[in-house]
Amino acid sequence: MAYSEKVLDHYTHPRNVGTMDKNADEVGTGLVGAPECGDVMKLQIKVNPETKIIEDAKFKTFGCGSAIASSSLATEWVKGKTVDEALQIRNTDIVKELSLPPVKIHCSVLAEDAIRAAISDWKKKNN
Amino acid sequence: MASDEAVKLPIYMDNHATTRTDPRVLEAMLPYFGEIYGNAASRNHEFGWIAEQAVDAGREQVAKLIGATAKEIVITSGATECNNLAIKGVAEMYREKGNHIITEVTEHKCVLDTCKRLEKHGFRVTYLPVKTDGLIDLNQLSDAMTDDTILVSIMAANNEIGILQPIREIGKLCHEKGVLFHSDAAQAAGKVPFNVIEDNVDLASISAHKIYGPKGVGALYVRRRNPRVQLVAQMDGGGHERGMRSGTLNVPGIVGLGKACEIAQQDMAEESKRLLAMRESLREQITSQLDEVYINGSMEHRLPGSLNISFAYVEGESLLMGISDIAVSSGSACTSATLEPSYVLKALGAGDELAHSSIRFGLGRFNTQAEVNYVATKIVDVVKRLRELSPLYEMHKEGIDLSKVKWAAEPVNH
Repeated sequence: MAYSEKVLDHYTHPRNVGTMDKNADEVGTGLVGAPECGDVMKLQIKVNPETKIIEDAKFKTFGCGSAIASSSLATEWVKGKTVDEALQIRNTDIVKELSLPPVKIHCSVLAEDAIRAAISDWKKKNN
Repeated sequence: MASDEAVKLPIYMDNHATTRTDPRVLEAMLPYFGEIYGNAASRNHEFGWIAEQAVDAGREQVAKLIGATAKEIVITSGATECNNLAIKGVAEMYREKGNHIITEVTEHKCVLDTCKRLEKHGFRVTYLPVKTDGLIDLNQLSDAMTDDTILVSIMAANNEIGILQPIREIGKLCHEKGVLFHSDAAQAAGKVPFNVIEDNVDLASISAHKIYGPKGVGALYVRRRNPRVQLVAQMDGGGHERGMRSGTLNVPGIVGLGKACEIAQQDMAEESKRLLAMRESLREQITSQLDEVYINGSMEHRLPGSLNISFAYVEGESLLMGISDIAVSSGSACTSATLEPSYVLKALGAGDELAHSSIRFGLGRFNTQAEVNYVATKIVDVVKRLRELSPLYEMHKEGIDLSKVKWAAEPVNH
């Protein structure tokens, strides 16, 4: 299977790899997927309590190259956005940006889920 | 162990999928694409006689490799056709005697799907499970046999994990009960000793391209004595191959198949020693530098050039992507057409996640120790890098039992 340039770039140079303190109030953590399905994404956001802007994002992903690229891209996109803006990111945007083939669409779905799960976790802590 | 010797990239280490045609095989075949073009079935002129001689010689070489006689060799297009012909041919011929067939869950798709088709036509099929080492349990086989059982089909060596089934004991059991024994020997013949008499095999499938011969040609061994096996042909036509497989013979292919068998027989002892040493070096280099790696299938009963390893917490396709200059295979769902992880690895009971994390290495005649060193170094580097990226490896290191985590596999809706 041929990978798009952008997938290869994210795979080779993943952005924002790492882990933040999941117990910190300003951090929201999303863990989606399952090992037996071959994809698990952990995406974390750090939100400014005043501005609600996502100031930092980190990810770790177990999955194929497209899954790694989707989550890497997701961290890039959420950074600098407010929580509400980040919720507007759609998996189809990720598909388009990374030129994912149909069999890899679930990777983008998982990345969107990861963003939502991280925001939901943050909201739970801060409401 | 110097790994800085020059290696030519990309490296081919997928010799279960296919092998490079040996130059000696190619050389033997070439005249039959050129000036020697007769039809081996042409009985009344010299062009036909010469072609027939070449076919007879090739058949003889195949027979010699497996301890058969030339008359017991039916030429086909490859192991898939052999397996179809053997199983369907026996089922149709012996239907009066019984309608039960026994096979195992880790067979090649061409055996499993053939059996599934027969089930639609009223046959009953038992799919034996395998133990965690990939081998079948002989007691279970024995228990599964009934008066209606006409055929047992168990492969000699598995294409994914390289394990060797105890075919001699299986064959013995079959012969005691008067049941025919077919073995898909595509991965075994020419690589490890395989003798149809000593191993009590009645039908055996062989493929040329797995043993450094050309693609598109294979041979089905059909026993002629004790017992005499009969088949119903699955293709109608000119009645070639003693009526069992019609179609003009692929003369260059048969010459190549024969030559490949001859070389395999000559070099087997030495070659398997060399492959075993390289495989063990690969295994040693990988397992000494990485934690949480698991060998899939028995180490004791295994093809010399075969190694299937799961790198826990790393997904197979992403691993393949990181070693793009090395040709190997993965049991990961992402690399399969069906988007299901390998059914063979699942059958070992190790869990889907280890199937997703598996890599199959197939060492062959043309691999070198320098290539092994390169591959080991690269694999170790990429696995380490991907584990840095892996949330599962991080959780494992934190002491979290991943089997107890409740995974949100379903899409999250908020």
